[in-house]
Amino acid sequence: MRVLLLLLFLCAALVPAIAAGDASAAPSLAVSDAWARATVEGQTGSGVFLHLLSSQDAQLIGASSSAAERVEIHEMRLVNAVMTMRRIERLDLPAGKVVALDHDYHVMLIGLRQQLQVGHNVALTLHWLDAAGAHHSTDVIAPVRALNTSVVPSSGSKRD
Amino acid sequence: MIEAPAVRRTVAAVLALGAIVLATLFLTSNGALPWLGGEQASRFHGRDVSSENWAADFSLSDASGQARTLSDFRGKVVLLSFGYTHCPDVCPTTLAKFAEVRHLLGTDAQRVQALFVTVDPARDSAQVMRAYVPKFDPSFIGLRGTTAQTDAAVSSFHASYQINERHGEIEVDHTASTYLIDEQGKTRVVTPYDESARALADDVLVLLHNG
Repeated sequence: MRVLLLLLFLCAALVPAIAAGDASAAPSLAVSDAWARATVEGQTGSGVFLHLLSSQDAQLIGASSSAAERVEIHEMRLVNAVMTMRRIERLDLPAGKVVALDHDYHVMLIGLRQQLQVGHNVALTLHWLDAAGAHHSTDVIAPVRALNTSVVPSSGSKRD
Repeated sequence: MIEAPAVRRTVAAVLALGAIVLATLFLTSNGALPWLGGEQASRFHGRDVSSENWAADFSLSDASGQARTLSDFRGKVVLLSFGYTHCPDVCPTTLAKFAEVRHLLGTDAQRVQALFVTVDPARDSAQVMRAYVPKFDPSFIGLRGTTAQTDAAVSSFHASYQINERHGEIEVDHTASTYLIDEQGKTRVVTPYDESARALADDVLVLLHNG
């Protein structure tokens, strides 16, 4: 419901800009509910989960972090009960629609430089292209949550 | 119209036989009548594999290095899943669900054992498994083995996994279902990944109380 209200609000806010044909409206990417899953000692990979809301049609094309050797955008699929995870090159971020990276997609940290412990934060940077193809970066702070945190698909991913 | 006694006897016999068949079907299906439009005959939310008589078993080691087979857990209902600790989403969510099932079972939780079998023993050392699995519940047991032991365990549960290395990146695909094994060591139910903790707990309760 809150997401819906937020969407309505955003749409309402965007209407004047669109109506005025204001192409100079700065593209923006709002990040919310970011968190990283804690790891145990010796574990070198983990996931970061977050919600994205872009002001215009955009594409997420990658992420980077000093916390890991490599950061990738992954798509998770269940095919015949088998879970697969694959790196994707880009993820569409439709204007005004919350895209949840919390179940079907996530940010994967590969080659962690240190154990992720509850109470710490993971700093990462999202790389994205706006509708005109210009490159942008958005910094994100993802607090570390307990290893046993359940991922509940959010309203933004499928039910909306 | 022919009203020969032989025909009447035949009709009576067919009707009697039909009644017996109907009564038997009704009694053996616990009152559910799938052939009358019910969704399914199963008492379980998951897929009932009882009649398939799987010879599912494993020979693996727990976190302390002790050899374990399925027979070690006779007398308990076992929840088993395959996975790997680098799994960011599905595996921890499954293990968190097992912890929730224990919570939902109350005192019956003592009669349940959750097992997590890694399909990635190269990265999931005994040390990592020892640290990882009890984070979800101290009673949970993590199991690992050689590649051959892992392969044997996975295929005995009719599951599958695959590890690919692509551009230095390790991709692990694996069956994400949960296997329910009854107190006699027989695999009874296969539950899909997205089934709720409540449904899983209900299936465990059926095994515990109406085996």
